Amino acid sequence: MSDAAAPAPAYGPGKKDGSERWTQTLRDITGGSAMISVLAVALALVVGAVLIAFTNERVQETSGYFFSRPLDMVQAVSDAVAGAYSALFQGSIYNFRANNFLTAIRPLTETLTFATPLIAAGLGVGLAFRVGMFNIGGRGQMLIAAGAAGYVAFAIELPAGIHLIVAILAGLLGGAMWGGIVGLLKARTGAHEVIVTIMLNFVALYLIQFLLRTPGALQAPGSNNPKTPAMLPTAVFPDLFGPRYNLHAGFLTVIAATIFVWWLLSRSNLGFQFRAVGQNPNAARVAGINVKNVYMYAMAISGALVGLAGINQVLGTVTTGFGAGIDAGIGFDAITVALLGRSKPWGIFAAGILFGAFKAGGFAMQAAEGVPIDIVVVVQALIVLFIAAPPLVRAMFHLPTPGATKKPKIRADTGRTTNEVVAK
Amino acid sequence: MKLELRGITKRFGALVANNNISLTVESGEIHALLGENGAGKSTLMNVLYGLYIAEEGEILLDDVVQKFAGPGDAMKAGIGMVHQHFMLVPVFTVAENVVLGHEQTTFGGRLDLTAARAKVREISDRFGFDIDPDALIEDLPVGVQQRVEIIKALSQDARVLVFDEPTAVLTPQETDELMIIMRQLAESGTSIVFITHKLREVRAVADRITVIRLGTVVGEASPTATNAELASLMVGRAVELTVHKNAPELRGTALSVKNLSVIDARNQIVVNNVSFDVAAGEVLAIAGVQGNGQTELTEALLGLQHHVTGSIDLDGKPLRGFSVRHILDSGVGFVPEDRTEDGLIADFSIAENLMLDRSSGAPFVKAGNLQLGFRAKFAAEKIREFDIRSQGSDMHAGRLSGGNQQKVVLARELSRELRLFVAAQPTRGLDVGSIEFVHTRIIETRDSGIPVIVVSTELDEVVALADRIAVMYRGEIVGIVPGNTPRATLGLMMAGEPAPATEAAL
Repeated sequence: MSDAAAPAPAYGPGKKDGSERWTQTLRDITGGSAMISVLAVALALVVGAVLIAFTNERVQETSGYFFSRPLDMVQAVSDAVAGAYSALFQGSIYNFRANNFLTAIRPLTETLTFATPLIAAGLGVGLAFRVGMFNIGGRGQMLIAAGAAGYVAFAIELPAGIHLIVAILAGLLGGAMWGGIVGLLKARTGAHEVIVTIMLNFVALYLIQFLLRTPGALQAPGSNNPKTPAMLPTAVFPDLFGPRYNLHAGFLTVIAATIFVWWLLSRSNLGFQFRAVGQNPNAARVAGINVKNVYMYAMAISGALVGLAGINQVLGTVTTGFGAGIDAGIGFDAITVALLGRSKPWGIFAAGILFGAFKAGGFAMQAAEGVPIDIVVVVQALIVLFIAAPPLVRAMFHLPTPGATKKPKIRADTGRTTNEVVAK
Repeated sequence: MKLELRGITKRFGALVANNNISLTVESGEIHALLGENGAGKSTLMNVLYGLYIAEEGEILLDDVVQKFAGPGDAMKAGIGMVHQHFMLVPVFTVAENVVLGHEQTTFGGRLDLTAARAKVREISDRFGFDIDPDALIEDLPVGVQQRVEIIKALSQDARVLVFDEPTAVLTPQETDELMIIMRQLAESGTSIVFITHKLREVRAVADRITVIRLGTVVGEASPTATNAELASLMVGRAVELTVHKNAPELRGTALSVKNLSVIDARNQIVVNNVSFDVAAGEVLAIAGVQGNGQTELTEALLGLQHHVTGSIDLDGKPLRGFSVRHILDSGVGFVPEDRTEDGLIADFSIAENLMLDRSSGAPFVKAGNLQLGFRAKFAAEKIREFDIRSQGSDMHAGRLSGGNQQKVVLARELSRELRLFVAAQPTRGLDVGSIEFVHTRIIETRDSGIPVIVVSTELDEVVALADRIAVMYRGEIVGIVPGNTPRATLGLMMAGEPAPATEAAL
């Protein structure tokens, strides 16, 4: 947009307004140290333990006569908490009660299966964070990608191998397009990406629902349900360790995606430009970086990565046909994963596995100990809370404040007023 | 009120920001605290204002030892501070800002704005400020905003006023007006501490001068000391404020700007029909009070402005209408006016900042991959060449001092093959040592046969560097005069008077 005759954009990166403070906050939240992430998880687990104790019937019972026999309650609390967290561990990592190793390790593969889409979507959200954008549109991008990949997978017959690759590419393209629209609107009209992504979630949801009810589109032939037919076996991710485990080859695509994002952000020039725009769009513009193009590329790649989560859902996890709920809220969980992972590729990878473990272990915890699965959701929410409030975590653990001696930078807007001075 | 600081020592970890500093300010005296950036002036004042607690030493007001736990205590004791960056709420009125934090209320908790207005009027009249208590802060010029800060301090019965780099944001006229106000305040018995690193202002207004270097008092001087004496006290060695340069070797017109106009986002004509040429091997300085179109002119040269008419030709090739990328690739080097905002990325390392505007091709990028080895070598080389004081090329640019940040920008821009060099306010906010370095570099660039444009609001800098001077006023070039034009003439031109006829013909 350097053409002098072009109309002035309503939005330019050079404008100093409220969004600058917003960007700074975003940067602070996403740019903290790994230590904060670890402590946030630890704190959340502690608060979760309190909640487990509170909701436990035995604890409630013993608290009635706490002053006569306090040890009963202490015993009950430790039983409840230890039981719940040990069930969580056995349900997500290693089951000690199993009689052989292959069965005992099954929870870990479950964890990885749950983690697969979370990591993919987390990478997408994290990438957008690094460019200074909030991608709340995970749901829409996943749905469009799932629709595109799913359609190729069940409706088009191709040789094995090629079919899978074409289906993946179709899904990536769908996600990239849905994310790219956001980048385009932001670059060309100045629309805020948060609003646009949220709105596009609904557009995608109703579009997919419509297609699911349209025979010949996504709806299974001869069915009245808003559900697609099963995927053709040629387009399904093969199981990694045989039919005993749910873990499928989609996990490998996610590892590849993590490596790709790492390369993109720390080794490629496009990623350099991404980070430059994310940190200081003004300086990037002065340095000749086309900020608008960067917004578009970044949102397209972000959408494609989130789309990979949708692809994994339809080609790996739910291969018997899907409905409009296929995103399973992963697009939103991905925001948490990206925050916990500090928007760094391997951080997101680790955070995705942790959240996968919560999902896998949560069910076991409910089944074995009767602890409501909502506790897991609360713990996840608490993690976000603690991450979003680094000063709180720092104060609790007496960590030093980064840049504590720095003076607050408040800029007087001089250029605006000096014309009047001169005019006097 | 008499202020005395005795043996103040303030440490930040291993760094001693203030080392055993003693200072006395008599009642009704203007005491200038002079020092380079980072010398410890602001730390000392923050100790005085209760923002920091000193490890050693004591603060006395009228010979009574004070203990400040925070700014509230300091204010109660009669210390007021006029910050460099104003602490005002832009959407509040003058009266509302003045009472902010000390609001008086009437029945039912309603703000007593009538009393606030009366107070503003009373102080405003006493010093002839002419401020409307009901004006919104955001509508006021910077100089008037500063007066509101002063009124705010005085409304709390401040008897000691600290001015922290008050002139950094002011135009020369506003600076002169501030000097008069400071005099008035001193005459009415207020003690004033005036923090600055601008020698001219110190000599104009101070009764006594204390020079601080590296956290220690290195000397006291009287206002009759020369600039050179004060400057050498500040940096600890003799500095030259004038730049050594030979007569320019002109090699024909390189940059030709014709009938250039810029319309800004608010549809105002900010640069109006400007034409000038710059020859290879000369420095054209663009002087003028800030806000007269210089910023927009340089931005137009770099392709950062959207509504530009007229022509910009560099070595016969048109530049107007092309992207920033294309213009940079055409060999234009640019030092932006606001280096922290437009010149550097604070969270990027020095090495990353050094490749910021070369992120799309060789030698820093090959086949989409960053050449990290080359970059590290390049950075190490430039850090040595430009004497960038840092803990290595991985250090974040935001943690460098202003002077070293500017060196990073200069190193980046001057290490490309240039055909034009544009430097906007290249030494704003820098200490004397860095200014000397930047000036030398600019002249070296000129001598290597590159046309140079320097935009500056500092007349000293313009006179020191320029071969020719173009003076801008309200978006137009009032005249282009030789570099040795007397300051008085330049001053008149900056106020909009046309250049004397004989010189305009040159």
